[in-house]
Amino acid sequence: MEMKAENKQKETKPNQKMEGRSLWADGWSRLKRNKLAMFGMWLIIIICLAAIFAPYITRYDPYEQFIWTEGPSARLCPPCAKYWFGTDVYGRDIYTRVIYGARISLQIGFAATAISVVIGVALGSIAGYYGGFIDDFITWLTNVIFAFPFLLFVLALVAYLPPSLPLLYMAIGIVSWASFARVARSQVIQVKEMEFVEAATAMGGKDSRILLKHILPNILAPIIVQTTLEIGSIIMLESSLSFLGFGIQPPKPAWGYMISEGKQYFLSGQWWWSVFPGLAIMLLVLGFNLFGDGLRDALDPRLKQ
Amino acid sequence: MLNYVIRRLVGAIPVLIGVIAVVFILTTIVPGDPARIMMGQRGNPETIAKIRHEMGLDKPLPVQFFDFMKNALTLNLGRSYRNNMTVVEAIATRIPVTFKLAFFAIIIAVAVGVPLGIISAVKQYSWIDYGAMFFAILGISAPVFWVALLSVVLFCVILGWIPGTGTGNGELIYYVLPSIVLGLRPAALIARLTRSSMLEIIRQDYIRTARAKGLSERVVIMKHALRNALIPVVTVIGIEVASLLSGVVITEQIFSLPGLGRLSVEALTNRDFPVIRGVVLFMAFIFVLANLIVDLSYPFFDPRIKYD
Repeated sequence: MEMKAENKQKETKPNQKMEGRSLWADGWSRLKRNKLAMFGMWLIIIICLAAIFAPYITRYDPYEQFIWTEGPSARLCPPCAKYWFGTDVYGRDIYTRVIYGARISLQIGFAATAISVVIGVALGSIAGYYGGFIDDFITWLTNVIFAFPFLLFVLALVAYLPPSLPLLYMAIGIVSWASFARVARSQVIQVKEMEFVEAATAMGGKDSRILLKHILPNILAPIIVQTTLEIGSIIMLESSLSFLGFGIQPPKPAWGYMISEGKQYFLSGQWWWSVFPGLAIMLLVLGFNLFGDGLRDALDPRLKQ
Repeated sequence: MLNYVIRRLVGAIPVLIGVIAVVFILTTIVPGDPARIMMGQRGNPETIAKIRHEMGLDKPLPVQFFDFMKNALTLNLGRSYRNNMTVVEAIATRIPVTFKLAFFAIIIAVAVGVPLGIISAVKQYSWIDYGAMFFAILGISAPVFWVALLSVVLFCVILGWIPGTGTGNGELIYYVLPSIVLGLRPAALIARLTRSSMLEIIRQDYIRTARAKGLSERVVIMKHALRNALIPVVTVIGIEVASLLSGVVITEQIFSLPGLGRLSVEALTNRDFPVIRGVVLFMAFIFVLANLIVDLSYPFFDPRIKYD
């Protein structure tokens, strides 16, 4: 009995919410009530603001080596009032470097994801819309890309490229579009059968116009969810790359590289060089994961409760 | 059954060909002449030209591609530039370490993730549920190499429970920490997925029927619900093999385990192209194989799926 009542509620609810509220407004009102998602969103916002206003919230320069001015006391100095997160072996302020490191991680996260979204959604939509041989080909390509261990694939690309950020975005973008292609393809297949698409076709709309103007807006929700989660996993990937010594080159303050530099000192008790950048990665990725999960719950009409 | 297996096997062939093609493209677009790298500073133009000829690098690209394809299929992947071992030998000697590591990691992931997911679903919104899901989201968000480092410091340096990194004389104790670290992420994913899939299942009619029959809650959950709830979990285990193999690269590096991951990083650092090719190919093949096994195991979990 309980089950039935619940089902009925589920069926009637969407109708009640029809009064002038778009999917987005509806989603936002549900997202706002999700505390974990809001926590994730604030994590992202705070870290983004810290990255943008890095010079205003840090007292030093990320490359400034205090061993030259302050002497050996500034070498591997534990966290204190002067150096909030301590200093590294060159006497650089770790707090400053962690804050500036957010710039690198976010930049790569956003840029590489943007590239993979564009490639993935374009290929996936084309596959879903046209079907047939084109679909077979793109699906095959997606499966091939999926078969590679992500990290090793990017490593094999990045290891031999000249060190440059745009090339790194490209390399990561080129190998990570497959999940977007899958999402877009399955969504387009569903949407293209709907009557408004038929109407647009009947009115003589061009394929490109139908795809961009009519279908794309209707498949955005799952793509946004996927994008949010992907930014987190690309930030993680970048930190793994720089941890292994590929990708971002020192002395740039990449979080992964800082952890690997601090590794041996961590084993002998000077924990701060490795611990703080790791916390930063975890918090930022956590932010994207929580926010992405919340978005999925908020935007997926099937889960409405 | 046999028909189904054959069809799945045949279906995997185009993907494998694609994998070989991508690896070929990857190694040909990389700047730098392999012959020159192999000879280092000593090479004079004639010897380099000779080596280029021996390696078939002076042939047109399509010919090189077909040679490569033929060689890949006959496991003739060339020799390492560094120690003249054949690539197949180099990989084969490293497989046992990686296999043990990945095997233990999957066992841990399933042994931790599935029960955690079940408990969280059955006791939804309890503190166990919140606790488990908090652990799960942290497990997904924390970088593997960082967790590895923290665990080495805690268990090897501070507590001294585990002798250290490396493989010692091959004792299994050396695999405990790396396997747990590697299994953490899949455990977290499996816990989350088991939970959500379980929640969906226990609201279904047939579960109500089972309860109405007077079955105990244990039987309802373990026998009736779990079997269906595990289907998506099995799929995700197949997909996770790829990220597990990525994780292997990092875990082996940190724990100094001489497996495939470490081999690939060594090869990348030394520009040992044949070995890189070999490892990437091998890992991609393993992924395709793992997903084939997953596909073939569905009917075991879901009798509604018939082989035909």
